[in-house]
Amino acid sequence: MFYRENGQFKTSYRADQQILPILQDRIAMLVLLVVGFAVVPMLASDYIFRAILIPFLIFSLAAVGVNILVGFCGQISLGSGAFMAVGAYAAYNFFVRIDGMPLILALLLGGVCAMLFGMVFGLPSLRVKGLYLAVATLAAQFFADWLFLRVQWFTNNSSSGSVSVNNLQVFGLSLESPVAKYWFCLVLLSVIALLAKNLVRGAVGREWMAIRDMDVAAAVIGIRPMFAKLSAFAVSSFVVGVAGGLWAFIYLGAWEPAAFSVDQSFKLLFMVIIGGMGSIMGSFFGAAFIVVLPIALNLFLPAITSLFGFEISTASVSHAELMVFGGLIVWFLIVEPHGLAKLWAIGKQKLRLWPFPH
Amino acid sequence: MKLFTLARSAALVVAVASSLAAPSAFAQAKEQFFPLLSYRTGPYAPNGVPWANGKQDYLKMINARDGGVNGVKITFEECETGYATDRGVECYERLKSKPGVALFDPQATGITFALTEKVVNDKVPLITLGYGLSVAQDGQAFKWNFPLMGSYWTGADILIQHLGKKEGGMDKLKGKKIALVYHDSPFGKEPIPLLEERARQLGFDLSKIPVTAPGVDQKAAWLQVRQNRPDYVLLWGWGVMNSTALKEAQATGYPREKMYGVWWAGAEPDVKDVGEGAKGYNALALNTSGTQPKVIQDILKHVHDKGQGTGPKEEVGSVLYTRGVIIQALGVEAVRRAQERFGKGKVMTGEQVRWGLENLSLDDKKLAALGLTGVIRPISTSCADHMGSTWARVQTWDGSKWNLGADWYQADEQIIKPLVKTGSDKYLADKKLTRRDPSDCQS
Repeated sequence: MFYRENGQFKTSYRADQQILPILQDRIAMLVLLVVGFAVVPMLASDYIFRAILIPFLIFSLAAVGVNILVGFCGQISLGSGAFMAVGAYAAYNFFVRIDGMPLILALLLGGVCAMLFGMVFGLPSLRVKGLYLAVATLAAQFFADWLFLRVQWFTNNSSSGSVSVNNLQVFGLSLESPVAKYWFCLVLLSVIALLAKNLVRGAVGREWMAIRDMDVAAAVIGIRPMFAKLSAFAVSSFVVGVAGGLWAFIYLGAWEPAAFSVDQSFKLLFMVIIGGMGSIMGSFFGAAFIVVLPIALNLFLPAITSLFGFEISTASVSHAELMVFGGLIVWFLIVEPHGLAKLWAIGKQKLRLWPFPH
Repeated sequence: MKLFTLARSAALVVAVASSLAAPSAFAQAKEQFFPLLSYRTGPYAPNGVPWANGKQDYLKMINARDGGVNGVKITFEECETGYATDRGVECYERLKSKPGVALFDPQATGITFALTEKVVNDKVPLITLGYGLSVAQDGQAFKWNFPLMGSYWTGADILIQHLGKKEGGMDKLKGKKIALVYHDSPFGKEPIPLLEERARQLGFDLSKIPVTAPGVDQKAAWLQVRQNRPDYVLLWGWGVMNSTALKEAQATGYPREKMYGVWWAGAEPDVKDVGEGAKGYNALALNTSGTQPKVIQDILKHVHDKGQGTGPKEEVGSVLYTRGVIIQALGVEAVRRAQERFGKGKVMTGEQVRWGLENLSLDDKKLAALGLTGVIRPISTSCADHMGSTWARVQTWDGSKWNLGADWYQADEQIIKPLVKTGSDKYLADKKLTRRDPSDCQS
């Protein structure tokens, strides 16, 4: 009844090709942005900001980056954790070694370093595909682990190998309060996600998708595989690198290479698979699922069991958390193998007929 | 149909959320809250569990025996970190805003590093007994960190002193080969600056052999040991790494008598599985173990005999359990000390507990009252010294139990002090911070 495009006529190609062609979607997006920028900061508590919203935003950004590579270009990568690490450590080095380096510039330069790193480790993609490529990108992960553990220069010769930043500022505004951190992450995420959305809708994005769907056919119709694959690696690792910088600077504050272990790579890949491959929207769903769900389970399980009148120990909670989480992943993949984004699309389709199907 | 199930589950979530929110809204005023970060799962769980049990049982005992601290009841909540820094930060954020929060003991060096940056703004003290940031001993640079009773630097120094004594004089270490087999993380790397300093002074040859975390695969490390044949191996491990190292040493044929672990590599879970194979292995001891001390007896009587114990009764009094008890005892004493100044029977804020930690003074008499006679040495902190005591002993595993050596060692101030000073100065300069003003000591 409410979600129908009846009567919305498009008179130009421009109008037909905008990101949100339907008026209701535009309103919904506007509402979402208002909620994100204005309403949430008024309602959320310190804990919600620091422990849930900020990690969610940062991992959404990272998942957008991984989705470009895995979802749109079809190059399975297990090196995302390494790209995050390169982004974080490069940003750190720019930040502490150059006096007066602005935070945003440091993060973006970190992203550029991650981009170069990603392109180097993307080179095998020109020869190997699929699972073999996944194994090849794993090399990036181990290389980064080794690099930041062993080469002391990258950690500013810190004896323990752990580095930290504090007193972050953007344009003279302090980033110490959780709201400021949240806004900072949200602005970066919004800008980069918008750019990514436009990129995947454009010529480059279509090249990526052509390569994903059948690289031989794509090459035959004149798409350069080298350009397409390496550009996907470049864009993806840039975004992931910026997310890595945010994770280190904004969320952790002090970190060691273990913060970007192979676990992070797997987590990011799961986000993309569960959220929906080849969907920017799906990245957000995936990040929410992987970041928020374990914490929510951890918080709610004791409450749920106490409803039934028995206490549950911390150890059992974390075991149950893993079991329920694993079960949900399997369940979602069976029910909707195309990810939560597909579920969303189906929901929207149903909404068009609601409440009078037929 | 699907919509209904969705609505139903949403309703359940809301119900649970509201039941969760309710207790915090009606929190009673006179309760001091102790957040307990712990790990009962993952590769470090065998060591994390007794530690966490000790921490929790001590609080239960204080409530049951004394009715709290001067009438202020102690509450606590545990949060599982799995030794992972990001989950640790989440737990910290979750628990720090509870009313009456006293202090945090993160139980992991990585989490300590991340929280060090955060506690300054949140004004909650961080106690890291025998671990954490070694330079944080300098209380004038690290206002909120308390590496009580020792750091990795004091531990490493004591080990070198012990080796010197064994050789018959520190000068005899010249030309000896000492290998550091360490957990490749901030935890394992912390002692390196001190060992390098000592190596330069005494002229021994230090080789550093990293073991990738969590340390289940150490073949490469022990191959290096076999090739180098060092005179001594210092083991800087935690969790499953320790028992694996001992098994590898056995397989390599490296004498366990020449292996010396830090105090985190000297508990029952590290050697039990290896049993006879670990015979002769040495490790530092920050505290004694066993059920003889009065404080352990009190826990058995007031907590475990009433069926309130957190873990199995057999583990009460083990090395790490006792360490958990000590950590919590020092925390509770800090609250008590703060109450002496800011008002008995009141709930202390994080800032007030911080003052209490900074002015702790537990002499033999007070330790006796706490039931800690012989378990630890007297400890006294100050504005400049957030450690309070740098004494430790060396213990040896005889195949079935740990035997304490007779000698107490104190870390050499001549070496530690300049290192701490340069380290904290570098930290302050990197962060563009300044030292605390002497007048700040009274706050």
